[in-house]
Amino acid sequence: MLPKATDPGLRAAAALLAAVVSTAAVAADKGYAELPGGSFRSTLAYEDISADLRVRPFAMMKRPVTNGEFLAFVQANPQWRRDRVPTVMAEPRYLSHWDGPTELGEASAGQPVVQVSWFAASAYCEAQGARLPTWTEWEYAAAADETRRDARKDPVWRERILAWYSRPSNAALPRAGLQTPNVYGVQDLHGLVWEWTDDFSSLLVDADNRNQGDPDNARFCGAGALSMDDRDNYAVLMRVAMLSSLGAEDTTGNLGFRCVKDLP
Amino acid sequence: MKRVPRFIAATLAASALLLSACDGDNDATRPAGDQASAEADGETGGSRKGDFGPPQGDPINAVLTSPPHVPPPVNRNHPAKVVVELDVVEKVMPISEGVDYTFWTFGGTVPGSFIRVRQGDTVEFHLRNMPDSKMPHNIDLHGVTGPGGGASSSFTAPGHKTQFTFKALNAGLYVYHCATAPVGMHVANGMYGLILVEPPEGLPPVDKEYYVMQGDFYTTGKYREKGLQPFDMEKAIDENPTYVLFNGSEGAITGDKALTTSVGENVRLYVGNGGPNLVSSFHVIGEIFDKVWYEGGTHFQENVQTTLIPAGGAAMMEFHMEVPGSYVLVDHSLFRAFNKGALGILKADGPENKEIYSGLEVDEVYIGDRAQANMEAVAVAAEAASTGDLTVDQQVKAGEALFMGTCSTCHQANGQGMAGVFPPLANSDYIANDPTSVPRVTLHGLQGKITVNGTEYNSIMPPMAQLTDDEVANISTFVLNSWGNPGGRVTKAEVAEIRKNKPENASEGH
Repeated sequence: MLPKATDPGLRAAAALLAAVVSTAAVAADKGYAELPGGSFRSTLAYEDISADLRVRPFAMMKRPVTNGEFLAFVQANPQWRRDRVPTVMAEPRYLSHWDGPTELGEASAGQPVVQVSWFAASAYCEAQGARLPTWTEWEYAAAADETRRDARKDPVWRERILAWYSRPSNAALPRAGLQTPNVYGVQDLHGLVWEWTDDFSSLLVDADNRNQGDPDNARFCGAGALSMDDRDNYAVLMRVAMLSSLGAEDTTGNLGFRCVKDLP
Repeated sequence: MKRVPRFIAATLAASALLLSACDGDNDATRPAGDQASAEADGETGGSRKGDFGPPQGDPINAVLTSPPHVPPPVNRNHPAKVVVELDVVEKVMPISEGVDYTFWTFGGTVPGSFIRVRQGDTVEFHLRNMPDSKMPHNIDLHGVTGPGGGASSSFTAPGHKTQFTFKALNAGLYVYHCATAPVGMHVANGMYGLILVEPPEGLPPVDKEYYVMQGDFYTTGKYREKGLQPFDMEKAIDENPTYVLFNGSEGAITGDKALTTSVGENVRLYVGNGGPNLVSSFHVIGEIFDKVWYEGGTHFQENVQTTLIPAGGAAMMEFHMEVPGSYVLVDHSLFRAFNKGALGILKADGPENKEIYSGLEVDEVYIGDRAQANMEAVAVAAEAASTGDLTVDQQVKAGEALFMGTCSTCHQANGQGMAGVFPPLANSDYIANDPTSVPRVTLHGLQGKITVNGTEYNSIMPPMAQLTDDEVANISTFVLNSWGNPGGRVTKAEVAEIRKNKPENASEGH
C-alpha cells in the first residue's frame, strides 16, 4: 500500500503522533512505575532452583510501547525502518500493519506497537537507556491486580485474565493505557497484547506440552529444565508457550513489548 | 466394522450360557452339540472348555512382579498347581512430589503384584494381612469363577492369613481388587492389580511387556497440596478425583522411571483400570496400537488409536516401534492427564527413520490476506465529536469497542457480570434507578455494599480515571443503550463535570 499524503486520516494521525511524541519527551521517566522487587515464587519450576527467586528493584514502563512511540524511534534510527532492517533481525511482517515505513496510516498512534521482532524491541529499549524485562520481572509485575501484589491464587482474578485468552484476536487493539493500573501503577500487562521478554529464548518449554511429565533433559541441559509448577495457571502457561514458539526475528499481530530499567 | 457387533452378540450369548453352566455342570453332562457349534463360530468355548483336568507335576510358586514389570510367560503345555502368596500392606507412599498418601496395597505397590498363570491351572491363593494393618481385607479376582470371585473365602483380619483355591477356567486379562466394605474406599486407596490367564498356547511372543494400571484418587487437599493427604469420601462420592494416576503416583512411569524400548521391538502393554470411578480413554501419543485385545478378552481389534478401559476392566495392546522418541501414555480425557497426573512415558531409543517421520521440515512465515481490523468506530466518533455532530449511534459504536477493551474483563462482553462478584450491567435496576451512576462509577470506582437485581455485591471497582472524558462518555452511552437498560446519552462535558466531584463511596486509585 502506498502512503497517501492527502488522506485526512493520515494527517489526523500525524497530528496525534506529534502530540504523543512531545508529551513523551517531557514525561520520559514519568512513563515508568517503580517496583520494589523481593522474594517471588514463579509459576515455572526451574530444575536448578528450588527456593523462591529474588527480584531486584526495577522500573517498568506503565504501558506497552505504542505505534506512535515506535514510529519516533524508527524515524530517529532509520536502520530499523521496515524497508531497511536486515531480514535476519525482522521477518517480512515487521511493522507491516503500518501504511509505509514511516507512516502509520490506519494504525493509531495510541495502540500498542505490534509486529515487532525481539531485535527491534531490544534496540528500542536500548535507545531509551533501558532494556527488555526478564521473564521473572514480567511475571512478578503481572502477578499483581489493582489492589494486591500477588493475586494469582484468586480464582476470580484468574478468570478475568483468561477471558482475554478466550477471545479471538481479530478485533482491533484498544489503545494502550485503557485498563486500570495494577497495584504498582502498571497497566495492560494482561488483556491487551503478548509482550517480549529479554530471555524469551531460554523459556524452553517442550513443543509438545503433553511431555511436561518428561522434559527431554538432553535438550535442556544448558538452561535447566522448566516445567509448570502450577498447572492451574493457564495464563502463564500460554504466555510461556507463545514466547517459546518464536524466534527473535519473528513478529505477530498481537505481540508487543515494554521496557524496564534497573533501580539503584 | 460390521464384525464388531457380531462379536459382542456372540460374547453375550456365550456368557449367558456360561452362567447356567456354572452351577455344577461339567464336561460330562454338557450336550455334545454345544461344543461343536462353539467351535464352528471360532469361539474358545469359555469356561466350558477351560478345564484341562487335574494339575500335573509339582506345585509351582508363582512369580509375582511389581509394576511396571510383568512375570515371564508361563511356557507350559499342561495344567499345574500354582501357589500365589500375596501380602496386604498398608503404607504411606508419595502420591506426588511432596505429597504423601496412606495406600492400602496388594504386595506393597499400587497397583498390586502382577500374577500370571495358564488357563486350566489350579491356583492356591494365600492372602496374608500384615499385623500392623488397620483394616481387614479380602480379594475378588475377576478371573475366578465362583461367588464373590474369592472375596467371601479370603476375608482376612490384620495379622491373619487365609487360603482358597480356584481353577482358572477363562483365559484373559483380569482385574483383582479388595472387596471389603466400603469397597469403593479400599479400591480408591489402591487395592487392585491384574492377573493374566494365558490361553493354553500362550500369547504371541514380544520383545517388551509392561504393566500399567490407572486409578483415581481423592484427597482432602488440592492437587499437589503438600504433606500427608487424607482420603476424601465426599469427593469420592461426587466422583471428583484430585488425582488420576498411572501406577499409583505422579511420575511413577516418567523421567528416570519411564518405560523403555527400542526401535524394531514389539511392545505389549497390559493396562488395567482400578477405578474406583472413572473410565479410561487410554491412548499413547504418537503410536497406533497394531492390536488391542479389547476388554482383556480373546479377540483383538487392529489399528486402534484410543481404547476404552472400564473401571474394573483391562486391555492388552501391542505395537511395533518404528521411530525413536518419547511416547506419552495418557487418559485422553485430557484434564486428567495434564491437571491430575494421568501421564506416563514410553521411551524408544534407536536410529531415526526419516522415511516414516521427518521431524520438523518447514517453519517459515505464513502471511494470510486478512484485512486488518481497526478501531474505526472510535475514530469516527472522535472525528464527529470534533466537528460537533456526534450522534448517539456513533457514541454507542465507539463505546462498545472501548467496553470490549476494558470493562468486559469483569462485567463480561454481554454485560452479565459474574454472580456475587462483578455486578451485571445488563437489565440493571441499579442503572435504571440512577443512570448517572454509569459515568460516575466508571470514573471514581465504587466500594461498599450495593444491591443489583436482588443480589448483594460487596467488592471494589477500581476508578478508571485513565479513561478520557470522550471514552467515558462513549462507554456510558453504550452501556445505557444496551441489554435492556433505559437508554440516554452521556456527553463529554457531563463527564468532565463528574470527574471533578468525587463521591463518598469512591474507591482508592493510584
